[in-house]
Amino acid sequence: MCTVKEFLNYEIFCGALFFKKKGIFMEFIGTLINGLSLGGVYAMIALGYTMVYGIAKLLNFAHGDIIMVGGYLLFVFVGIVNNSIIALLITAVLCAIFGIVMEKLAYKPLRGASPLAVLITAIGVSYLLQSLAQIIFGTQTKFVTLFQNLGVINIGSLVIQVSTLITLFSCIVIMAGLTLFIKFSKTGRAMIAVSEDRGASELMGINVNSIITITFAIGSFLAAAASFFYLLKNPQINPTLGSMPGIKAFTAAVIGGVGSIPGAMAGGVLLGIIEMFTAKVSFLTPYTEAIEFGILILILLVRPSGLLGKKRREKV
Amino acid sequence: MALLEVHDLNVYYGVIQALKGINFKVNEGEIVALIGANGAGKTSTMQSIVGLIQSKTGNIIFDDKDITKMATHTIVSIGMSQVPEGRRIFQELTVYENLLMGAFLQKDKKKIKEALADVYELFPRLKERKNQIAGTLSGGEQQMLAISRALMNRPKLLMLDEPSMGLSPLLVQEVFGIIKKIHEAGTTILLVEQNAKMALKIADYAYVLETGRIVLEGKASELLKNDDIKKAYLGS
Ligand SMILES: Nc1ncnc2c1ncn2[C@@H]1O[C@H](COP(=O)(O)OP(=O)(O)O)[C@@H](O)[C@H]1O
Ligand SMILES: [Mg+2]
Repeated sequence: MCTVKEFLNYEIFCGALFFKKKGIFMEFIGTLINGLSLGGVYAMIALGYTMVYGIAKLLNFAHGDIIMVGGYLLFVFVGIVNNSIIALLITAVLCAIFGIVMEKLAYKPLRGASPLAVLITAIGVSYLLQSLAQIIFGTQTKFVTLFQNLGVINIGSLVIQVSTLITLFSCIVIMAGLTLFIKFSKTGRAMIAVSEDRGASELMGINVNSIITITFAIGSFLAAAASFFYLLKNPQINPTLGSMPGIKAFTAAVIGGVGSIPGAMAGGVLLGIIEMFTAKVSFLTPYTEAIEFGILILILLVRPSGLLGKKRREKV
Repeated sequence: MALLEVHDLNVYYGVIQALKGINFKVNEGEIVALIGANGAGKTSTMQSIVGLIQSKTGNIIFDDKDITKMATHTIVSIGMSQVPEGRRIFQELTVYENLLMGAFLQKDKKKIKEALADVYELFPRLKERKNQIAGTLSGGEQQMLAISRALMNRPKLLMLDEPSMGLSPLLVQEVFGIIKKIHEAGTTILLVEQNAKMALKIADYAYVLETGRIVLEGKASELLKNDDIKKAYLGS
Protein backbone atom coordinates (compact mmCIF):
# COMPACT_ATOMS: atom_id res chain seq x y z
CA MET A 1 0.00 0.00 0.00
CA CYS A 2 1.13 3.51 -0.70
CA THR A 3 0.44 6.52 1.47
CA VAL A 4 -1.83 9.34 0.38
CA LYS A 5 1.17 11.58 0.06
CA GLU A 6 2.97 9.18 -2.21
CA PHE A 7 -0.15 8.86 -4.30
CA LEU A 8 -0.51 12.63 -4.64
CA ASN A 9 3.12 12.94 -5.60
CA TYR A 10 2.55 10.34 -8.26
CA GLU A 11 -0.49 12.18 -9.59
CA ILE A 12 1.40 15.43 -9.79
CA PHE A 13 4.26 13.68 -11.50
CA CYS A 14 1.99 12.17 -14.13
CA GLY A 15 0.18 15.43 -14.68
CA ALA A 16 3.43 17.24 -15.23
CA LEU A 17 4.61 14.56 -17.59
CA PHE A 18 1.39 14.81 -19.53
CA PHE A 19 1.56 18.56 -20.04
CA LYS A 20 5.22 18.57 -20.77
CA LYS A 21 4.80 15.78 -23.25
CA LYS A 22 1.61 17.01 -24.85
CA GLY A 23 3.34 16.59 -28.15
CA ILE A 24 3.71 12.92 -27.40
CA PHE A 25 0.05 12.68 -26.53
CA MET A 26 -0.91 14.13 -29.90
CA GLU A 27 1.48 11.77 -31.57
CA PHE A 28 -0.18 8.93 -29.70
CA ILE A 29 -3.57 9.99 -31.08
CA GLY A 30 -2.13 10.33 -34.55
CA THR A 31 -0.58 6.89 -34.41
CA LEU A 32 -3.83 5.46 -33.10
CA ILE A 33 -5.74 6.91 -36.04
CA ASN A 34 -3.15 5.53 -38.46
CA GLY A 35 -3.41 2.17 -36.74
CA LEU A 36 -7.19 2.13 -36.89
CA SER A 37 -7.07 3.00 -40.55
CA LEU A 38 -4.61 0.26 -41.45
CA GLY A 39 -6.51 -2.07 -39.13
CA GLY A 40 -9.70 -1.32 -41.02
CA VAL A 41 -8.03 -2.46 -44.23
CA TYR A 42 -6.80 -5.67 -42.59
CA ALA A 43 -10.24 -6.18 -41.12
CA MET A 44 -11.88 -5.96 -44.52
CA ILE A 45 -9.57 -8.65 -45.87
CA ALA A 46 -9.96 -10.73 -42.72
CA LEU A 47 -13.74 -10.59 -43.15
CA GLY A 48 -13.37 -12.37 -46.47
CA TYR A 49 -11.35 -15.16 -44.88
CA THR A 50 -13.63 -15.52 -41.93
CA MET A 51 -16.93 -15.43 -43.80
CA VAL A 52 -15.78 -17.96 -46.38
CA TYR A 53 -14.45 -20.18 -43.61
CA GLY A 54 -17.60 -19.84 -41.53
CA ILE A 55 -19.97 -20.60 -44.36
CA ALA A 56 -18.12 -22.85 -46.79
CA LYS A 57 -15.84 -24.37 -44.13
CA LEU A 58 -12.78 -23.84 -46.26
CA LEU A 59 -9.69 -21.71 -45.80
CA ASN A 60 -9.32 -19.83 -49.03
CA PHE A 61 -5.58 -19.23 -49.05
CA ALA A 62 -5.96 -17.55 -52.42
CA HIS A 63 -8.01 -14.81 -50.78
CA GLY A 64 -4.96 -12.54 -50.45
CA ASP A 65 -4.34 -12.88 -54.16
CA ILE A 66 -7.69 -11.31 -54.91
CA ILE A 67 -6.14 -8.13 -53.51
CA MET A 68 -3.44 -8.50 -56.14
CA VAL A 69 -5.99 -9.14 -58.89
CA GLY A 70 -7.85 -6.07 -57.64
CA GLY A 71 -4.61 -4.09 -57.76
CA TYR A 72 -3.96 -4.91 -61.40
CA LEU A 73 -7.58 -4.29 -62.33
CA LEU A 74 -7.36 -0.86 -60.68
CA PHE A 75 -4.16 -0.21 -62.60
CA VAL A 76 -5.85 -1.12 -65.87
CA PHE A 77 -9.10 0.73 -65.29
CA VAL A 78 -7.57 3.86 -63.85
CA GLY A 79 -5.64 3.92 -67.12
CA ILE A 80 -8.81 3.50 -69.18
CA VAL A 81 -11.43 5.60 -67.42
CA ASN A 82 -9.03 7.99 -65.69
CA ASN A 83 -11.23 8.19 -62.61
CA SER A 84 -10.30 6.27 -59.48
CA ILE A 85 -13.81 5.99 -58.08
CA ILE A 86 -15.26 4.54 -61.27
CA ALA A 87 -12.22 2.29 -61.59
CA LEU A 88 -12.83 1.09 -58.01
CA LEU A 89 -16.48 0.32 -58.71
CA ILE A 90 -15.62 -1.65 -61.86
CA THR A 91 -12.82 -3.45 -60.01
CA ALA A 92 -15.03 -4.36 -57.05
CA VAL A 93 -17.71 -5.81 -59.31
CA LEU A 94 -15.17 -7.72 -61.41
CA CYS A 95 -13.47 -9.06 -58.27
CA ALA A 96 -16.82 -10.24 -56.93
CA ILE A 97 -17.43 -12.10 -60.20
CA PHE A 98 -13.88 -13.39 -60.07
CA GLY A 99 -14.50 -14.78 -56.57
CA ILE A 100 -17.64 -16.54 -57.77
CA VAL A 101 -15.82 -18.09 -60.73
CA MET A 102 -12.94 -19.19 -58.51
CA GLU A 103 -15.38 -20.94 -56.17
CA LYS A 104 -17.21 -22.64 -59.02
CA LEU A 105 -14.07 -23.88 -60.76
CA ALA A 106 -11.74 -24.68 -57.88
CA TYR A 107 -13.77 -25.36 -54.75
CA LYS A 108 -17.23 -26.50 -55.71
CA PRO A 109 -15.97 -29.74 -57.28
CA LEU A 110 -14.34 -30.46 -53.91
CA ARG A 111 -17.49 -30.15 -51.80
CA GLY A 112 -17.29 -33.03 -49.36
CA ALA A 113 -13.63 -33.78 -50.12
CA SER A 114 -11.06 -33.95 -47.33
CA PRO A 115 -10.01 -30.58 -45.87
CA LEU A 116 -6.42 -31.29 -46.88
CA ALA A 117 -7.37 -31.61 -50.56
CA VAL A 118 -9.20 -28.29 -50.34
CA LEU A 119 -6.25 -26.63 -48.63
CA ILE A 120 -3.80 -27.84 -51.26
CA THR A 121 -6.15 -26.64 -53.99
CA ALA A 122 -6.31 -23.22 -52.35
CA ILE A 123 -2.52 -22.96 -52.29
CA GLY A 124 -2.49 -24.07 -55.93
CA VAL A 125 -5.00 -21.38 -56.87
CA SER A 126 -2.84 -18.82 -55.11
CA TYR A 127 0.27 -19.77 -57.13
CA LEU A 128 -1.76 -19.97 -60.31
CA LEU A 129 -3.02 -16.41 -59.87
CA GLN A 130 0.44 -15.06 -59.08
CA SER A 131 1.91 -16.80 -62.11
CA LEU A 132 -0.85 -15.56 -64.39
CA ALA A 133 -0.28 -12.02 -63.16
CA GLN A 134 3.40 -12.41 -63.89
CA ILE A 135 2.70 -13.70 -67.40
CA ILE A 136 0.24 -10.92 -68.18
CA PHE A 137 1.89 -7.93 -66.49
CA GLY A 138 5.52 -8.99 -66.10
CA THR A 139 7.57 -8.89 -62.94
CA GLN A 140 8.28 -5.17 -62.80
CA THR A 141 6.33 -3.16 -60.30
CA LYS A 142 3.47 -1.13 -61.75
CA PHE A 143 2.48 2.17 -60.21
CA VAL A 144 -1.00 3.53 -59.97
CA THR A 145 -1.93 7.05 -58.91
CA LEU A 146 -5.39 6.93 -57.42
CA PHE A 147 -5.59 10.56 -56.34
CA GLN A 148 -3.20 13.44 -56.92
CA ASN A 149 -1.89 14.88 -53.65
CA LEU A 150 -4.64 14.36 -51.15
CA GLY A 151 -2.51 16.24 -48.65
CA VAL A 152 -2.71 16.36 -44.86
CA ILE A 153 -4.91 17.78 -42.15
CA ASN A 154 -3.48 19.66 -39.18
CA ILE A 155 -5.30 19.68 -35.87
CA GLY A 156 -3.02 21.52 -33.47
CA SER A 157 0.19 19.57 -33.60
CA LEU A 158 -1.61 16.56 -34.98
CA VAL A 159 -0.81 15.81 -38.62
CA ILE A 160 -2.92 13.23 -40.41
CA GLN A 161 -2.98 12.27 -44.04
CA VAL A 162 -6.31 12.75 -45.75
CA SER A 163 -5.98 9.30 -47.34
CA THR A 164 -5.84 7.82 -43.82
CA LEU A 165 -9.09 9.50 -42.87
CA ILE A 166 -10.79 8.48 -46.11
CA THR A 167 -9.70 4.90 -45.49
CA LEU A 168 -10.83 4.91 -41.87
CA PHE A 169 -14.18 6.42 -42.68
CA SER A 170 -14.80 4.08 -45.62
CA CYS A 171 -13.88 1.03 -43.56
CA ILE A 172 -16.30 2.04 -40.83
CA VAL A 173 -19.10 2.57 -43.34
CA ILE A 174 -18.43 -0.70 -45.17
CA MET A 175 -18.23 -2.76 -41.98
CA ALA A 176 -21.31 -1.17 -40.48
CA GLY A 177 -23.15 -1.89 -43.71
CA LEU A 178 -22.00 -5.49 -43.70
CA THR A 179 -23.03 -5.96 -40.08
CA LEU A 180 -26.50 -4.57 -40.78
CA PHE A 181 -26.80 -6.72 -43.90
CA ILE A 182 -25.95 -9.88 -41.99
CA LYS A 183 -28.14 -9.11 -39.04
CA PHE A 184 -31.23 -7.83 -40.81
CA SER A 185 -31.42 -9.13 -44.36
CA LYS A 186 -32.89 -12.49 -45.18
CA THR A 187 -29.73 -13.50 -47.03
CA GLY A 188 -27.59 -12.37 -44.11
CA ARG A 189 -29.55 -14.47 -41.65
CA ALA A 190 -29.32 -17.40 -44.04
CA MET A 191 -25.55 -16.92 -43.95
CA ILE A 192 -25.55 -17.18 -40.15
CA ALA A 193 -27.76 -20.25 -40.39
CA VAL A 194 -25.53 -21.98 -42.95
CA SER A 195 -22.41 -21.24 -40.93
CA GLU A 196 -24.03 -22.81 -37.92
CA ASP A 197 -25.62 -25.89 -39.48
CA ARG A 198 -25.55 -26.57 -43.19
CA GLY A 199 -27.93 -29.54 -43.11
CA ALA A 200 -30.54 -27.79 -40.98
CA SER A 201 -30.30 -24.77 -43.30
CA GLU A 202 -31.10 -26.95 -46.29
CA LEU A 203 -34.12 -28.23 -44.40
CA MET A 204 -35.33 -24.62 -44.19
CA GLY A 205 -35.29 -24.47 -47.98
CA ILE A 206 -32.06 -22.47 -48.16
CA ASN A 207 -30.03 -23.16 -51.27
CA VAL A 208 -26.68 -23.57 -49.56
CA ASN A 209 -24.74 -23.43 -52.82
CA SER A 210 -26.08 -20.01 -53.64
CA ILE A 211 -25.31 -18.76 -50.13
CA ILE A 212 -21.71 -19.92 -50.61
CA THR A 213 -21.60 -18.13 -53.96
CA ILE A 214 -22.85 -14.91 -52.36
CA THR A 215 -20.26 -15.25 -49.61
CA PHE A 216 -17.41 -15.55 -52.08
CA ALA A 217 -18.76 -12.53 -53.95
CA ILE A 218 -18.91 -10.41 -50.78
CA GLY A 219 -15.47 -11.54 -49.61
CA SER A 220 -13.89 -10.71 -52.97
CA PHE A 221 -15.72 -7.40 -53.12
CA LEU A 222 -14.22 -6.47 -49.74
CA ALA A 223 -10.78 -7.59 -50.91
CA ALA A 224 -11.08 -5.29 -53.92
CA ALA A 225 -11.98 -2.39 -51.65
CA ALA A 226 -9.06 -3.27 -49.38
CA SER A 227 -6.81 -3.30 -52.41
CA PHE A 228 -7.86 0.26 -53.22
CA PHE A 229 -7.04 1.55 -49.74
CA TYR A 230 -3.82 -0.40 -49.60
CA LEU A 231 -2.67 1.16 -52.87
CA LEU A 232 -3.75 4.58 -51.68
CA LYS A 233 -0.89 4.40 -49.18
CA ASN A 234 1.57 2.45 -51.21
CA PRO A 235 0.76 2.49 -54.93
CA GLN A 236 3.03 -0.35 -56.04
CA ILE A 237 1.59 -3.39 -57.74
CA ASN A 238 3.40 -6.67 -58.31
CA PRO A 239 2.33 -10.31 -58.51
CA THR A 240 2.91 -10.93 -54.81
CA LEU A 241 1.11 -7.78 -53.71
CA GLY A 242 -1.54 -9.80 -51.90
CA SER A 243 0.77 -12.08 -49.93
CA MET A 244 1.64 -9.91 -46.95
CA PRO A 245 -1.75 -8.27 -46.38
CA GLY A 246 -3.25 -11.72 -46.97
CA ILE A 247 -1.13 -13.30 -44.26
CA LYS A 248 -1.77 -10.38 -41.91
CA ALA A 249 -5.50 -10.61 -42.46
CA PHE A 250 -5.45 -14.35 -42.00
CA THR A 251 -3.63 -13.81 -38.71
CA ALA A 252 -6.22 -11.21 -37.77
CA ALA A 253 -9.05 -13.62 -38.57
CA VAL A 254 -7.52 -16.38 -36.45
CA ILE A 255 -6.76 -14.01 -33.56
CA GLY A 256 -10.36 -12.81 -33.62
CA GLY A 257 -11.71 -16.33 -33.95
CA VAL A 258 -12.02 -17.67 -37.46
CA GLY A 259 -15.66 -17.70 -38.51
CA SER A 260 -16.51 -14.75 -36.28
CA ILE A 261 -17.30 -11.48 -38.04
CA PRO A 262 -16.75 -9.16 -35.05
CA GLY A 263 -13.64 -11.23 -34.37
CA ALA A 264 -12.19 -10.48 -37.80
CA MET A 265 -12.85 -6.79 -37.29
CA ALA A 266 -11.24 -6.79 -33.84
CA GLY A 267 -8.26 -8.85 -35.01
CA GLY A 268 -7.67 -6.59 -38.00
CA VAL A 269 -7.81 -3.42 -35.92
CA LEU A 270 -5.50 -4.95 -33.31
CA LEU A 271 -2.85 -5.77 -35.92
CA GLY A 272 -3.15 -2.36 -37.55
CA ILE A 273 -2.60 -0.61 -34.24
CA ILE A 274 0.34 -2.83 -33.30
CA GLU A 275 1.93 -2.20 -36.66
CA MET A 276 1.65 1.57 -36.42
CA PHE A 277 2.89 1.74 -32.84
CA THR A 278 5.87 -0.51 -33.42
CA ALA A 279 6.71 1.66 -36.44
CA LYS A 280 6.92 4.65 -34.05
CA VAL A 281 9.14 2.97 -31.50
CA SER A 282 12.38 2.44 -33.34
CA PHE A 283 13.77 -0.44 -31.28
CA LEU A 284 10.53 -2.41 -31.86
CA THR A 285 10.20 -1.65 -35.56
CA PRO A 286 12.21 -4.63 -36.83
CA TYR A 287 10.07 -6.94 -34.71
CA THR A 288 6.62 -5.87 -35.95
CA GLU A 289 5.85 -9.20 -37.59
CA ALA A 290 7.42 -11.15 -34.76
CA ILE A 291 5.14 -9.38 -32.30
CA GLU A 292 2.05 -9.93 -34.44
CA PHE A 293 2.68 -13.63 -34.98
CA GLY A 294 3.75 -13.95 -31.35
CA ILE A 295 0.34 -12.67 -30.30
CA LEU A 296 -1.23 -15.15 -32.70
CA ILE A 297 0.63 -18.04 -31.09
CA LEU A 298 -0.14 -16.76 -27.61
CA ILE A 299 -3.84 -16.49 -28.33
CA LEU A 300 -3.91 -19.91 -29.95
CA LEU A 301 -2.32 -21.32 -26.79
CA VAL A 302 -4.60 -19.53 -24.34
CA ARG A 303 -7.81 -19.43 -26.32
CA PRO A 304 -7.68 -21.71 -29.35
CA SER A 305 -11.06 -20.52 -30.60
CA GLY A 306 -9.75 -16.93 -30.86
CA LEU A 307 -10.75 -13.78 -29.02
CA LEU A 308 -14.38 -13.73 -30.09
CA GLY A 309 -14.72 -17.18 -31.61
CA LYS A 310 -17.14 -19.52 -30.00
CA LYS A 311 -16.30 -22.99 -28.95
CA ARG A 312 -18.04 -25.31 -31.32
CA ARG A 313 -20.86 -27.19 -29.75
CA GLU A 314 -20.68 -30.96 -30.24
CA LYS A 315 -23.15 -32.07 -32.86
CA VAL A 316 -25.58 -34.76 -31.79
CA MET B 1 -53.95 -41.88 -51.72
CA ALA B 2 -50.25 -42.14 -50.95
CA LEU B 3 -48.62 -38.78 -50.28
CA LEU B 4 -45.19 -40.35 -49.94
CA GLU B 5 -43.96 -43.57 -51.52
CA VAL B 6 -40.51 -44.89 -50.85
CA HIS B 7 -39.16 -47.67 -53.07
CA ASP B 8 -36.03 -49.70 -52.46
CA LEU B 9 -33.75 -47.35 -50.54
CA ASN B 10 -30.17 -48.55 -50.21
CA VAL B 11 -27.94 -46.20 -48.29
CA TYR B 12 -24.22 -46.74 -47.71
CA TYR B 13 -21.76 -44.98 -45.46
CA GLY B 14 -18.52 -45.97 -47.15
CA VAL B 15 -18.70 -49.74 -47.17
CA ILE B 16 -21.29 -50.00 -44.40
CA GLN B 17 -24.79 -50.52 -45.72
CA ALA B 18 -27.20 -48.70 -43.41
CA LEU B 19 -30.40 -49.28 -45.42
CA LYS B 20 -31.04 -52.56 -47.24
CA GLY B 21 -34.03 -52.05 -49.51
CA ILE B 22 -36.56 -49.97 -47.62
CA ASN B 23 -40.12 -49.76 -48.99
CA PHE B 24 -43.03 -47.98 -47.36
CA LYS B 25 -45.70 -45.39 -47.94
CA VAL B 26 -47.51 -42.67 -46.08
CA ASN B 27 -51.12 -42.01 -47.02
CA GLU B 28 -52.51 -38.52 -46.98
CA GLY B 29 -54.04 -37.63 -43.62
CA GLU B 30 -52.32 -40.41 -41.68
CA ILE B 31 -49.81 -40.50 -38.90
CA VAL B 32 -47.28 -43.15 -39.85
CA ALA B 33 -44.67 -44.27 -37.33
CA LEU B 34 -41.27 -45.72 -38.10
CA ILE B 35 -39.97 -47.47 -35.01
CA GLY B 36 -36.79 -49.33 -34.30
CA ALA B 37 -33.83 -49.54 -31.98
CA ASN B 38 -30.87 -47.22 -32.00
CA GLY B 39 -28.84 -47.74 -35.20
CA ALA B 40 -31.67 -49.44 -37.08
CA GLY B 41 -31.55 -46.86 -39.87
CA LYS B 42 -34.41 -44.52 -39.00
CA THR B 43 -32.45 -41.30 -39.37
CA SER B 44 -30.81 -42.53 -42.56
CA THR B 45 -34.27 -43.17 -43.98
CA MET B 46 -35.47 -39.70 -43.03
CA GLN B 47 -32.39 -38.00 -44.43
CA SER B 48 -32.49 -39.84 -47.72
CA ILE B 49 -36.15 -38.94 -48.24
CA VAL B 50 -35.41 -35.24 -47.91
CA GLY B 51 -32.24 -35.47 -50.01
CA LEU B 52 -29.63 -34.82 -47.34
CA ILE B 53 -28.05 -38.16 -48.19
CA GLN B 54 -28.40 -40.08 -51.43
CA SER B 55 -29.68 -43.61 -51.86
CA LYS B 56 -27.76 -45.78 -54.31
CA THR B 57 -30.94 -47.18 -55.83
CA GLY B 58 -34.69 -46.85 -55.74
CA ASN B 59 -36.95 -43.86 -55.96
CA ILE B 60 -39.07 -41.60 -53.82
CA ILE B 61 -42.40 -40.16 -54.92
CA PHE B 62 -43.88 -37.25 -52.98
CA ASP B 63 -47.18 -35.65 -53.91
CA ASP B 64 -47.00 -37.36 -57.35
CA LYS B 65 -43.55 -35.94 -58.05
CA ASP B 66 -40.36 -37.94 -58.32
CA ILE B 67 -38.10 -36.29 -55.72
CA THR B 68 -35.35 -38.92 -55.80
CA LYS B 69 -32.72 -36.65 -57.32
CA MET B 70 -34.11 -33.31 -56.16
CA ALA B 71 -32.07 -30.91 -54.04
CA THR B 72 -33.23 -30.61 -50.45
CA HIS B 73 -34.35 -27.01 -50.79
CA THR B 74 -36.51 -27.94 -53.77
CA ILE B 75 -38.12 -30.80 -51.88
CA VAL B 76 -38.85 -28.43 -49.00
CA SER B 77 -40.39 -25.97 -51.45
CA ILE B 78 -43.00 -28.51 -52.57
CA GLY B 79 -44.30 -29.06 -49.07
CA MET B 80 -42.14 -31.40 -47.04
CA SER B 81 -40.64 -30.33 -43.72
CA GLN B 82 -38.45 -32.25 -41.38
CA VAL B 83 -37.67 -31.77 -37.72
CA PRO B 84 -34.22 -33.33 -37.60
CA GLU B 85 -32.88 -35.58 -34.91
CA GLY B 86 -31.34 -33.54 -32.11
CA ARG B 87 -33.53 -30.49 -32.97
CA ARG B 88 -30.70 -28.55 -34.64
CA ILE B 89 -32.20 -25.13 -34.10
CA PHE B 90 -29.99 -22.15 -34.91
CA GLN B 91 -28.45 -21.47 -31.53
CA GLU B 92 -27.16 -17.99 -32.33
CA LEU B 93 -30.41 -16.67 -33.74
CA THR B 94 -33.38 -15.56 -31.70
CA VAL B 95 -36.56 -17.61 -31.46
CA TYR B 96 -38.24 -15.23 -33.87
CA GLU B 97 -35.36 -15.39 -36.35
CA ASN B 98 -35.41 -19.19 -36.19
CA LEU B 99 -39.08 -19.13 -37.09
CA LEU B 100 -38.37 -16.78 -39.99
CA MET B 101 -35.77 -19.24 -41.27
CA GLY B 102 -38.51 -21.86 -41.28
CA ALA B 103 -40.48 -19.64 -43.67
CA PHE B 104 -37.43 -18.95 -45.81
CA LEU B 105 -39.21 -19.88 -49.04
CA GLN B 106 -42.33 -17.87 -48.31
CA LYS B 107 -42.14 -14.54 -50.13
CA ASP B 108 -45.53 -13.24 -49.02
CA LYS B 109 -45.10 -11.28 -45.77
CA LYS B 110 -48.76 -11.64 -44.89
CA LYS B 111 -48.56 -15.42 -45.11
CA ILE B 112 -45.49 -15.40 -42.86
CA LYS B 113 -47.42 -13.38 -40.30
CA GLU B 114 -50.30 -15.84 -40.43
CA ALA B 115 -47.97 -18.79 -39.98
CA LEU B 116 -46.31 -17.02 -37.05
CA ALA B 117 -49.66 -16.38 -35.41
CA ASP B 118 -50.52 -20.05 -35.83
CA VAL B 119 -47.36 -21.38 -34.22
CA TYR B 120 -47.56 -18.83 -31.41
CA GLU B 121 -51.07 -20.08 -30.74
CA LEU B 122 -49.82 -23.64 -30.64
CA PHE B 123 -46.79 -22.71 -28.48
CA PRO B 124 -47.59 -19.59 -26.42
CA ARG B 125 -44.28 -19.98 -24.62
CA LEU B 126 -42.39 -19.26 -27.84
CA LYS B 127 -44.24 -16.00 -28.22
CA GLU B 128 -43.16 -14.95 -24.73
CA ARG B 129 -39.59 -15.81 -25.61
CA LYS B 130 -39.50 -14.64 -29.19
CA ASN B 131 -36.53 -12.32 -28.68
CA GLN B 132 -34.51 -14.80 -26.67
CA ILE B 133 -31.39 -16.36 -28.23
CA ALA B 134 -32.49 -19.87 -29.14
CA GLY B 135 -29.40 -21.52 -27.65
CA THR B 136 -30.52 -20.42 -24.20
CA LEU B 137 -33.87 -22.23 -24.35
CA SER B 138 -34.47 -25.39 -22.35
CA GLY B 139 -34.45 -28.73 -24.14
CA GLY B 140 -38.22 -28.90 -24.26
CA GLU B 141 -38.53 -25.37 -25.57
CA GLN B 142 -35.90 -26.10 -28.21
CA GLN B 143 -37.94 -29.06 -29.38
CA MET B 144 -41.06 -26.89 -29.55
CA LEU B 145 -39.07 -24.36 -31.55
CA ALA B 146 -37.78 -27.03 -33.92
CA ILE B 147 -41.34 -28.22 -34.56
CA SER B 148 -42.66 -24.67 -34.99
CA ARG B 149 -39.85 -23.82 -37.35
CA ALA B 150 -40.77 -26.78 -39.54
CA LEU B 151 -44.44 -25.76 -39.45
CA MET B 152 -43.61 -22.26 -40.71
CA ASN B 153 -43.18 -23.86 -44.15
CA ARG B 154 -46.83 -25.01 -43.99
CA PRO B 155 -45.88 -28.54 -45.03
CA LYS B 156 -48.19 -31.16 -46.47
CA LEU B 157 -45.97 -33.75 -44.83
CA LEU B 158 -44.25 -33.15 -41.51
CA MET B 159 -41.46 -35.59 -40.64
CA LEU B 160 -40.25 -35.79 -37.08
CA ASP B 161 -37.08 -37.63 -36.11
CA GLU B 162 -37.24 -38.68 -32.46
CA PRO B 163 -39.00 -35.62 -31.10
CA SER B 164 -39.13 -37.15 -27.62
CA MET B 165 -35.39 -37.71 -27.38
CA GLY B 166 -33.86 -36.37 -24.19
CA LEU B 167 -37.12 -35.00 -22.79
CA SER B 168 -38.70 -35.66 -19.41
CA PRO B 169 -41.81 -37.91 -19.40
CA LEU B 170 -44.04 -34.91 -18.87
CA LEU B 171 -42.58 -33.07 -21.85
CA VAL B 172 -42.82 -36.24 -23.94
CA GLN B 173 -46.55 -36.26 -23.24
CA GLU B 174 -46.75 -32.62 -24.23
CA VAL B 175 -44.85 -33.15 -27.49
CA PHE B 176 -47.06 -36.06 -28.49
CA GLY B 177 -50.13 -33.99 -27.65
CA ILE B 178 -48.85 -31.27 -29.97
CA ILE B 179 -48.20 -33.78 -32.76
CA LYS B 180 -51.79 -34.93 -32.48
CA LYS B 181 -53.00 -31.35 -32.69
CA ILE B 182 -50.92 -30.69 -35.79
CA HIS B 183 -52.35 -33.83 -37.34
CA GLU B 184 -55.90 -32.83 -36.50
CA ALA B 185 -55.29 -29.51 -38.21
CA GLY B 186 -54.74 -31.46 -41.43
CA THR B 187 -51.03 -32.24 -41.72
CA THR B 188 -49.85 -35.72 -42.66
CA ILE B 189 -47.15 -36.97 -40.32
CA LEU B 190 -44.23 -39.37 -40.54
CA LEU B 191 -42.92 -39.98 -37.06
CA VAL B 192 -39.65 -41.71 -36.19
CA GLU B 193 -39.36 -42.91 -32.62
CA GLN B 194 -37.47 -45.16 -30.28
CA ASN B 195 -40.28 -44.58 -27.84
CA ALA B 196 -42.41 -47.20 -29.61
CA LYS B 197 -45.27 -47.23 -27.14
CA MET B 198 -46.03 -43.53 -27.43
CA ALA B 199 -45.58 -43.59 -31.19
CA LEU B 200 -47.88 -46.56 -31.72
CA LYS B 201 -50.53 -44.95 -29.55
CA ILE B 202 -50.94 -41.94 -31.80
CA ALA B 203 -50.10 -43.53 -35.16
CA ASP B 204 -52.50 -45.01 -37.71
CA TYR B 205 -49.96 -47.29 -39.31
CA ALA B 206 -46.42 -48.30 -38.41
CA TYR B 207 -43.30 -49.93 -39.79
CA VAL B 208 -40.67 -51.66 -37.68
CA LEU B 209 -37.08 -51.19 -38.75
CA GLU B 210 -34.27 -53.55 -37.80
CA THR B 211 -30.67 -53.24 -39.03
CA GLY B 212 -31.64 -51.51 -42.24
CA ARG B 213 -34.69 -53.61 -43.11
CA ILE B 214 -38.40 -53.29 -42.49
CA VAL B 215 -39.24 -56.45 -40.61
CA LEU B 216 -42.84 -55.81 -39.70
CA GLU B 217 -45.67 -53.47 -40.61
CA GLY B 218 -49.30 -53.07 -39.73
CA LYS B 219 -51.97 -50.99 -38.16
CA ALA B 220 -50.52 -49.31 -35.09
CA SER B 221 -53.35 -50.57 -32.90
CA GLU B 222 -52.53 -54.14 -33.95
CA LEU B 223 -48.80 -53.76 -33.49
CA LEU B 224 -49.46 -52.56 -29.95
CA LYS B 225 -50.96 -56.00 -29.27
CA ASN B 226 -48.30 -57.97 -31.15
CA ASP B 227 -46.32 -60.24 -28.82
CA ASP B 228 -42.97 -59.82 -30.61
CA ILE B 229 -43.33 -56.06 -30.52
CA LYS B 230 -44.30 -56.15 -26.88
CA LYS B 231 -41.21 -58.14 -26.03
CA ALA B 232 -38.75 -56.19 -28.16
CA TYR B 233 -40.01 -52.63 -27.95
CA LEU B 234 -42.69 -52.13 -25.34
CA GLY B 235 -40.81 -53.65 -22.42
CA SER B 236 -43.64 -55.88 -21.24
N1 LIG C 1 -22.44 -40.49 -40.92
C1 LIG C 1 -22.33 -41.82 -40.74
N2 LIG C 1 -21.19 -42.47 -41.04
C2 LIG C 1 -21.07 -43.80 -40.87
N3 LIG C 1 -22.04 -44.59 -40.41
C3 LIG C 1 -23.21 -44.03 -40.09
C4 LIG C 1 -23.42 -42.60 -40.24
N4 LIG C 1 -24.68 -42.32 -39.84
C5 LIG C 1 -25.23 -43.50 -39.47
N5 LIG C 1 -24.36 -44.52 -39.62
C6 LIG C 1 -24.63 -45.94 -39.33
O1 LIG C 1 -25.78 -46.31 -40.05
C7 LIG C 1 -26.61 -47.11 -39.26
C8 LIG C 1 -27.99 -46.47 -39.17
O2 LIG C 1 -27.89 -45.27 -38.44
P1 LIG C 1 -29.12 -44.28 -38.23
O3 LIG C 1 -29.80 -44.11 -39.52
O4 LIG C 1 -28.62 -43.08 -37.56
O5 LIG C 1 -30.03 -45.13 -37.23
P2 LIG C 1 -31.14 -44.67 -36.21
O6 LIG C 1 -31.59 -43.30 -36.57
O7 LIG C 1 -32.21 -45.70 -36.36
O8 LIG C 1 -30.53 -44.71 -34.85
C9 LIG C 1 -25.92 -47.28 -37.92
O9 LIG C 1 -25.26 -48.49 -37.93
C10 LIG C 1 -24.96 -46.14 -37.88
O10 LIG C 1 -23.82 -46.48 -37.14
MG1 LIG D 1 -31.63 -41.66 -35.38
